[in-house]
Amino acid sequence: MAAIETTTAGVKRSLFHSDATQKLLAFAGLIVIFVVFSIASPNFFSFENIVGILLATAVNGVLALGVTFIIITGGIDLSVGTVMTLSAVMTGVFVTYWGMPIPVGVVAGLLTGATAGLCNGLIIARMRVPPFIATLGMMMIARGLSLVISGVKPIYFNDTPIYRQLTMGSVVGTVIPGFAIPNAVFILFGAALVAAFILGKTVLGRYDIAIGSNEEATRLSGVNVANWKTAIYALGGVFSGLAGVMIASRLNSAQPALGAGYELDAIAAVVIGGTSLSGGEGTILGTIIGAFIISTLTNGLRIMSVPQEWQMVVTGAIVILAVYLDVVRRKRQ
Amino acid sequence: MGDVLVLMEGIDKSFPGVHALDHAQFELRAGEVHVLVGENGAGKSTLMKVLAGIYSKDAGRIMYQGNEVEIHSPRAAQHLGISMIHQELNLMPHLTLAQNVFIGREPRQGVRFMLDEKKLNAQTQALFDSMRLKLDPRTKAADLTVAKQQMVEIAKALSFNSQVLIMDEPTAALTETEIEELFHIIRQLRDKGVGIVYISHRLEEFQHISDRITVMRDGRTIDTVQTKEVTIDRIISMMVGRTIFEQAPEVPEHPSAEIVLEVKNLNRGSAIKDVSFNLKKGEILGFAGLMGAGRTEVARAIFGADHVDSGEVYLGGKRAHIKSPEDAVKSGIGYLSEDRKRYGLALGMNVGANMVLASFKKFLTGLGLVNAGKVQTNGQHYVEALSIKTPSLQQRVKNLSGGNQQKVVIGKWLTADTNILIFDEPTRGIDVGAKSEIYRLLNDLAQQGKSIIMISSELPEILRMSHRIVVMCEGRITGELAAGEATQEGIMKFATQRGGIVDLSEPATDSGVGQG
Repeated sequence: MAAIETTTAGVKRSLFHSDATQKLLAFAGLIVIFVVFSIASPNFFSFENIVGILLATAVNGVLALGVTFIIITGGIDLSVGTVMTLSAVMTGVFVTYWGMPIPVGVVAGLLTGATAGLCNGLIIARMRVPPFIATLGMMMIARGLSLVISGVKPIYFNDTPIYRQLTMGSVVGTVIPGFAIPNAVFILFGAALVAAFILGKTVLGRYDIAIGSNEEATRLSGVNVANWKTAIYALGGVFSGLAGVMIASRLNSAQPALGAGYELDAIAAVVIGGTSLSGGEGTILGTIIGAFIISTLTNGLRIMSVPQEWQMVVTGAIVILAVYLDVVRRKRQ
Repeated sequence: MGDVLVLMEGIDKSFPGVHALDHAQFELRAGEVHVLVGENGAGKSTLMKVLAGIYSKDAGRIMYQGNEVEIHSPRAAQHLGISMIHQELNLMPHLTLAQNVFIGREPRQGVRFMLDEKKLNAQTQALFDSMRLKLDPRTKAADLTVAKQQMVEIAKALSFNSQVLIMDEPTAALTETEIEELFHIIRQLRDKGVGIVYISHRLEEFQHISDRITVMRDGRTIDTVQTKEVTIDRIISMMVGRTIFEQAPEVPEHPSAEIVLEVKNLNRGSAIKDVSFNLKKGEILGFAGLMGAGRTEVARAIFGADHVDSGEVYLGGKRAHIKSPEDAVKSGIGYLSEDRKRYGLALGMNVGANMVLASFKKFLTGLGLVNAGKVQTNGQHYVEALSIKTPSLQQRVKNLSGGNQQKVVIGKWLTADTNILIFDEPTRGIDVGAKSEIYRLLNDLAQQGKSIIMISSELPEILRMSHRIVVMCEGRITGELAAGEATQEGIMKFATQRGGIVDLSEPATDSGVGQG
């Protein structure tokens, strides 16, 4: 009897607990946006357009996954966009300049991201520079290095046409003809599954939440907070590296001037998805929904011929609205 | 009492500008409850933090179970079997109880980095069962009351198989029932041979719980005595280094009958239920009750800091619509929060500037500039009137002692011409010596015609200061007593209706207070 009571209480709690409601809210928002655009424009709800949205979400979504871990600690990472570019450039250097095999180039891209994240983590956890400043610096460093290494010009993957297929090809399309969803989308979902596993089932995820929830208490419990924090920033860097590999593949080139501004979309996705900027709570599913909301909005507004300038205004307003709704809901509790 | 578990000798510790520990000594035996007392800043917490590996000592040595040890980190202390429960609760609110208890030591699955949540919950359940705690390991820590969180912290400390358990002011936020539950668990542990260090300000608790008492003052160990052989007065005089007498409760003369504030049928959700009372001119109205009884909520509602569902407030017989603290201040109501540092003071600003914070407009020139001379004169006046100990008006408030900080807050509200002052736990965290000064100040204010609501969880304080006493429990006013007829027992009867969380039904070693 008591056991049944606890279970129902538990179910109630998880339904009405902040994470779950925010996810529901975000998901409902996504549906509403879909319905509105479908009514507003006949071109919106088509297979091709939806594939377009999925594809447009892939890179930002992967960046946002990394940012989720970092925001859960109560920190922030402004460097993910330019670190992504630096990783893309490094992959280009390995594959095109040095003629290395593609897997080596991919690993180089991932390692570049991991290294940048590791530096962020060490600067924040060991040198105690606030995350905002540390990653702002890293944002500029990565941008500068991308330009230096590439010689301020794009690196193309014309000698290795298969590299583009990494994201733009469709393994599913070859198995099920007519269902040509690009690989990039599956890479995003795969990365999201890995991220959810890390956050929910591993020690790293547990300490991620613990640090964001009460850093000093975590330290006093005998957890080496500095090391784990460093690891979390490095993990965020790996996701930036993966995004770099993906964007280079999608554009068939590493564009060294690209990347600034991507961090804002990624942070917006995380926040819309219900991750608290004060740390301690956040979910991977929420982040993915948040990333979809942003790309669906951009896509829908473009289809309705809303100028790009106004698209930014709308996205900005949505970010504020999403967080405001969260604030209102928390106050009620 | 058993063998010597811990022996600390000649412990020295300095922080920039402060000699926190000066050849401090401490001895703890197995199976004893050892109370550590002293005024704020005497070095109690610092000494224990050295033992728990949070601070490193500058000099001295620590013997643990007969061997000299160096304790470099909290983790090292835990490995030795030394756990500390801190004054501020140290749980991660977003994690479950089980996740909190075993943080840093989570059971893993075959693969090293994967957590075994099932085993984690089972281990925690077993631990709770052994303490007879009725808690679900899967509850989030944020959903528990402070008292239950405290129990979880103790459970966490026990899960290290601790031989030494240090508790820093464990009862500061607990109700009488909860304190009894805590003592019950402490006695259980003592009987199992655990050595317990208990840091506290509450003198009246010592005799219930302790075997020995060590008194500290100014970073030095004054003496260690057997609890049975000392009186509270003796302890106090050792603490303050002089003899002060806790004055017998004096009931101040009857205030005039003019009603300045009347509250009718105040309601807000489950926090405030149909609260009605009045406050007379020159009266000190005590608000007694346990933690979470709704006293602070009522105060904040009157002050306009929180909204209410329904209810009316009359000031001097006229209906008042107070929607914000700004309205309240304009109507002459001041609220002195129990958390002075967070809600009462701008810590980085100086004494003079803090005094004018609530009435800034009066100190502006015609051009909207600050009239520094006027600020200075005002500050000077209240520093003298309230005898605030500060080197100058330019001293930053964060460098003052708790008692003097409280006086600055009082000065602030007097500057703002408030006639109704709501004091929330006015002597919390204030030294024994400074307390009586605050009491005298409250009496003076009442005699000058100010009306005071005093919320306090310390019954002797309520009994000593109030003309009338209102008792709250679970959002309701459950009783009103005149000063003459009130007793501690009488107040507690009105204040206790809450159930406990520890199952005391099995024969306990010794339980003073029954379950309500």
